Amino acid sequence: MIALGLEGSANKLGVGLISHPAKGGAAHILSNIRHTFISPPGEGFLPKDTAKHHRSWIIRLVKQAMKEAGLRVEDIDCICYTKGPGMGAPLQSVAVAARMLGLLWAKKLVGVNHCVGHIEMGREITGAQNPVVLYVSGGNTQVIAYASQRYRIFGEALDIAVGNCLDRFARTLRISNDPAPGYNIEQMAKHGRHLVDLPYAVKGMDCSFSGILASIDILAEKLEAHRGQWKDELTNEVITREDLCFSLQETVYAMLVEITERAMAHVGSSQVLVVGGVGSNERLQEMMGMMARDRRGTVFATDERFCIDNGIMIAHAGLLAYEKGSITALEDSTCTQRFRTDEVFVKWRE
Amino acid sequence: MEITNNDPPQPHPLPPPFTHTAPAPTLLTQGAEALLYRTHFLLPSHPCALKHRPSKPYRHPVLDKRLTKHRILSEARTLVKCRREGVSVPGVLALDAEGCGDAGSGGWMMMEWVEGRTVKEVVVEAGKRIKERGGGGVWEEGLRALMGKIGRALGRMHEVGVVHGDLTTSNMMLRPSPTSLQNGTTFTNGAEGDGDDAKSAGESLEGEIVLIDFGLAAQSLQDEDKAVDLYVLERAFGSTHPEAEEGFQEVLRVYGESYKGAKVVLKRLEDVRLRGRKRSMLG
Repeated sequence: MIALGLEGSANKLGVGLISHPAKGGAAHILSNIRHTFISPPGEGFLPKDTAKHHRSWIIRLVKQAMKEAGLRVEDIDCICYTKGPGMGAPLQSVAVAARMLGLLWAKKLVGVNHCVGHIEMGREITGAQNPVVLYVSGGNTQVIAYASQRYRIFGEALDIAVGNCLDRFARTLRISNDPAPGYNIEQMAKHGRHLVDLPYAVKGMDCSFSGILASIDILAEKLEAHRGQWKDELTNEVITREDLCFSLQETVYAMLVEITERAMAHVGSSQVLVVGGVGSNERLQEMMGMMARDRRGTVFATDERFCIDNGIMIAHAGLLAYEKGSITALEDSTCTQRFRTDEVFVKWRE
Repeated sequence: MEITNNDPPQPHPLPPPFTHTAPAPTLLTQGAEALLYRTHFLLPSHPCALKHRPSKPYRHPVLDKRLTKHRILSEARTLVKCRREGVSVPGVLALDAEGCGDAGSGGWMMMEWVEGRTVKEVVVEAGKRIKERGGGGVWEEGLRALMGKIGRALGRMHEVGVVHGDLTTSNMMLRPSPTSLQNGTTFTNGAEGDGDDAKSAGESLEGEIVLIDFGLAAQSLQDEDKAVDLYVLERAFGSTHPEAEEGFQEVLRVYGESYKGAKVVLKRLEDVRLRGRKRSMLG
């Protein structure tokens, strides 16, 4: 069976085509393309502009994906789209596109939970069987484990998502949003050497990032005001913007690894799967690897094609549901900004 | 992509000076944060618990030191405060919050050894007995009394301004009274002796509640924090002892009478229940 997946819950518009062999076995990725709306430095992406971006690109992307995959309309079994969670306006423009294609081509629709899409794609690509999942992106921070047909949330961010914290700090420093603010912070952090003191906010398996963002913003102001006069107490070397990026990364990733480790100890699992845009960060992957080694466990991660929002994960998770008989009727093909991971009944797993 | 770890995993070595302890400390459990050993304090006849927080290789060394120090000191301060105020907790014997013996070894704290079994084990056993006998009897009475003791212990702790942060039945011990220890009766033997049901129930359920593992504890006088503390225990109770859930009502009843502000906390608990820990993501 073949599914078309449409994703546009944030600033990435993704279109993917996936095929599940009738006899089972690994899925074939026929096409996976993405177009990102990039806002100028110092600005975030606004819902209105992002929705406009998605509306003007989606037809082009679908055509290109079909061409790349060498498929005809008749080959497609269902059209999967992101039902939520995400930003309202971008979600709506993609849902409208999905409905339009569904009516035009007479195909069934499948509404997909974005977080479940990430998890299922991560499992498919890495072959991780029953991992603790750390889902970290610009909008979500969750530690998840599977139990009796649901992806249960063991820990989560109590306020803003970790990616949001990084994105907004990139705005403070007016770092480029191209290709992604988090990527540029990562590159700068590689040149940082001094760790400045930041709050560390872990509460059991939950964590909080807004206080850290407020603190690092204040430090950035201090750096700006002192222009090279602010020195590290131990080494007497000048604190730089790179040091701030480094300190922010070291602190927030330590928090993420800690809550993941606690969840692993709690459920007794030795596998961890990192998904979501922030999951492509090499330092986070490295720290997770060190933690897992200590626990004699394994870390699974994917590269940016599957980590960062994409259409193929929506097609994959949607097709899993479709194969078990789940379809979304046209009148129910809405979208929603809030859609918890544990609301989805996972029919396709034991 | 799988991040492979070809290096062999590093077993956590004991922090100095415990490398020279004879007999060597025995590892009891390994949590996410700490390893718990049984060893002795000064004299081999004086048993104690050793909680070792090894340094985490993934953390920046400066951050790691800061966190380890903060957590060990905060746990020790909370225990000392409880102790001073008459809450039953293990006493602190010694600690090293900065890994003085060895920079990379993390920190450790030694505590008084608490005899007895966890409340979890006791409740599970009592539940089994009650089921065998079809309800009623000495076991049910004893269990009820035990729940009352838990309520009183929690009330005492909250009264002095300490919230535990991780209340479960595994984090409570039932320490037998010294007399039953002197008689030399072991609990499993007593419980197996079907002949004298009342005696075995008495021996199993008798004792004092000692709260342990204050690793996530905080000092707070706010009703909200105390209510959340109770809510965490209620949830843990529900998942660990679904058969003894009505027992929890007894915990709350006695808690409500245990100190002056307790009723307000119970009222707050109702709000916390409605809210749940998670924000609803509907609409």
